[in-house]
Amino acid sequence: MMTVQENLTLENQQERIGALLLRGYRFVTMTVVDVGEAFDIYYHFDLDYEMTVYKLALPKGTELPSISGICFAAVIVENEIQDLFGIKVVNLAIEYERHFLLAPDAPAAPFCRVPGVGVTAVATDGKGNLSAPPPAPPLASAPADAAAMQGGVR
Amino acid sequence: MSMLVPFGPQHPVLPEPLQLRLELSDEKVISALPVIGYVHRGLERLAEQKDFIQDTYLIERVCGICSFIHSMTYCMGIEEMMNIAVPPRALYLRTVWSELHRMHSHLLALGLLADAFGFENLFYSLWRIREEIMDAMEATTGGRVMLGSCCIGGVRKDIDPAQAQFVLEKLANVERALKRPAEVLIGDYTVKQRLVGVGVIDGKKAYELGAVGPTLRGSGVLRDHRTTGYAAYGELDFEPVVEQDGDCYARTLVRIGELRQSIALVRQALGKLPDSELKTPFKGNPEGEVAVRAEQPRGEVLYYLRGNGTDKLERLRIRTPTFANIAPLLTMLVGCNLADVAVIILSIDPCISCTER
Repeated sequence: MMTVQENLTLENQQERIGALLLRGYRFVTMTVVDVGEAFDIYYHFDLDYEMTVYKLALPKGTELPSISGICFAAVIVENEIQDLFGIKVVNLAIEYERHFLLAPDAPAAPFCRVPGVGVTAVATDGKGNLSAPPPAPPLASAPADAAAMQGGVR
Repeated sequence: MSMLVPFGPQHPVLPEPLQLRLELSDEKVISALPVIGYVHRGLERLAEQKDFIQDTYLIERVCGICSFIHSMTYCMGIEEMMNIAVPPRALYLRTVWSELHRMHSHLLALGLLADAFGFENLFYSLWRIREEIMDAMEATTGGRVMLGSCCIGGVRKDIDPAQAQFVLEKLANVERALKRPAEVLIGDYTVKQRLVGVGVIDGKKAYELGAVGPTLRGSGVLRDHRTTGYAAYGELDFEPVVEQDGDCYARTLVRIGELRQSIALVRQALGKLPDSELKTPFKGNPEGEVAVRAEQPRGEVLYYLRGNGTDKLERLRIRTPTFANIAPLLTMLVGCNLADVAVIILSIDPCISCTER
């Protein structure tokens, strides 16, 4: 069975994960589970074949700080999470605007327990009505992309 | 003055749809941005809607190359959750089919690499050898890629002495036929010109970026999940193959070494095949959460499973090896020539089907 070694908070997430990386841990992946009112976000690390798991309980409607600044390996999975669960991940090293895996006309947050009702959907229209996040602009073709790439790729 | 060149998703040397948006200065790559999503299927979500036994066969379809190892890793996770002890013979059979899959995957990858640097004869030779492995899998399970032989608690099919003999003959053919292509891959002047010193990533960087499998071992980092002893690996004698230089050539040498190692592992496993039941019956539904890992041909795969006591999993998550190797690939590409991009991509043996699940 999987054991969670530490429960993170939004305040200490960067510091605790940074400390783990400094001790030589390798980033394996992140896993998100929709548990209703919140998302359980697991950070999996490895050292000498032993897995260490940190967990962050993220209330829906809250932005998730990216760890790609201290661990570039996370940038791919963080973009995937943003696509599939609608979680807004801030300060990504490469930002795909929710279209890393999903096409521009794909359903929003399809992996949420109620598809489309993810984080941004909780930010309601003021009347308590849930709404899907607005579609991000499609990935532009070559000329516009050049500028985006220069700003986006580190 | 830089320019942007879209490399893929339709490209003569890319077997699957992957696009890299390359920023070039003359012929040099300044940066690369991966664009995927062309074949995203949402299998993780679909798996939550099937029952956990049906998922065994769904999960096998995550990949059309290392399919058996996917279903085996999934079964290992459910078995851990439900405390199911797998019979010894099943563990050995799982090891045999895993290594056959590793062999056919490496032969496929080496062939595609040869195609990427324009050596078509080598490509055909390696794929012809691969047919021997496909024959061995078909003879023992009835399937060439989708074996359908793994199940929760063990395996569904056995290998009888005649089939084992057939597999051993096929392995002898592979060993004999591999000699000449391996010599070419290792020693040919033009091959080395295309591989040595190309797409270099050092061990520290590869480790920090989360690289796995031959991509990591080719950079001098000994990390092979088979050494943890899952299935029957703990009872077999082998040493992980590691190369130091971190270039396309080193990654190629790792795969050639692992082909030979897999032949030896299958021989050992068939030689020691214990007598026992093939599977352990079980009752109930999985509950709790596990994260299990296994070594696929491209590297470590992780399965996270969460059960809630019903017949449907609450969450199934797969981190495939190619997914982990994308970030290192972006680093390898910086500073390379445009003509080397295809070779570098093929040197990590990308599987987009796995990556997009």
